[in-house]
Amino acid sequence: MDLPHHGYRPTKTRARAPPPSADPLLFDDTSSSQPAMNSQGYYTPGYSMAAPIGGPQVDPAGNNLFADPMANAAMMYGSTLANQGKDMVNKEISRFMSMNKLKYFFAVDTRYVVKKLMLLMFPYTHQDWEVRYHRDTPMTPRHDVNAPDLYIPTMAFITYILLAGMALGIQQRFSPEVLGLCASTALVWIIIEVLVMLLSLYLLTVHTDLSTFDLLAYSGYKYVAMILTVLSGLLFGSDGYFVALAWSSCAIMFFIARSLKMKILSSLSTDSMGAGASAKPRLRLYITVATAAFQPFIIYWLTSHLVR
Amino acid sequence: MAFTLYSLIQAAILCVNAVAVLHEERFLSKIGWGVDQSVGGFGDEPGVKVQVMTLIRSVRTVMRVPLIAVNSVCIVLLLLFG
Repeated sequence: MDLPHHGYRPTKTRARAPPPSADPLLFDDTSSSQPAMNSQGYYTPGYSMAAPIGGPQVDPAGNNLFADPMANAAMMYGSTLANQGKDMVNKEISRFMSMNKLKYFFAVDTRYVVKKLMLLMFPYTHQDWEVRYHRDTPMTPRHDVNAPDLYIPTMAFITYILLAGMALGIQQRFSPEVLGLCASTALVWIIIEVLVMLLSLYLLTVHTDLSTFDLLAYSGYKYVAMILTVLSGLLFGSDGYFVALAWSSCAIMFFIARSLKMKILSSLSTDSMGAGASAKPRLRLYITVATAAFQPFIIYWLTSHLVR
Repeated sequence: MAFTLYSLIQAAILCVNAVAVLHEERFLSKIGWGVDQSVGGFGDEPGVKVQVMTLIRSVRTVMRVPLIAVNSVCIVLLLLFG
């Protein structure tokens, strides 16, 4: 099953260094005398003295792998190519989005994830919704429960796709195309929602520090609610689905309203004029309420066809 | 409805094309949305209308040349592959 990555996990993709697949034709002409002798020169001292001379390719333990000098040369060539490719990809990607900003959103730990999940499903008793700052930079999610992160939305998105596949499979309606369709539909709705939020925040000149990734994070939290509703729909049938839909909709609406209230409504300038101040808080309130009210509809829209 | 990423790209191209065909002096000035009517008061309150006008103007300026390329590619692809 080929899951779309969409650039959310750069560290994971980079950690799997590609194994070098050298074309033997590349080394055929030169394989007669010289590289073999050079490599032999590397190997024999390595085997006899058991001391690393030439660097990474001398490994007395890996007899089978390094017995063939051509494979070793191929591996060196391949790793050079991989490093060049990696540098080029990093340079290109960092032109579009800064990796440091993205790393902030993935700096989570288990305690944060557990607390945040409980907060998403039961936010009514949480008292302090302020995002704490540490010398002008927002604290990472490890230190602050209220900070948005992108780890939970990413994981929830993938879990939702898997759950959708399972739900369709239980009803004998599964085929691999449906999985891709479900994934791209959910992704497109998220993109539309983030774009509409950005547009409305721009048009109403709301000066917040909400970046695109923040909005993406807050939009992605609804996947947790979707997972909960689909699970209870699968376990308890149609009644369980509607009960869980009502519960998680209220929870997500409350969560989004409280979180965005902190960011949008409280960023009013201190010296706003009398005539202007009456319009702006009202419009900002409309934005917050509309965002919160949109969540149950999209949760219902994206999950109802899974639970008949 | 089942969206694909391709339908999102199509919708985006159509919307940007729609914004790009709004002519400055033939249409926008006639309905009071021209660029000369947007220099408003100073203060920190541009207002929704001024923001919309600024947005339309900047989209038209920025996307004029890329739209030519994207539209040509779309036309060729649709002619070839239906």
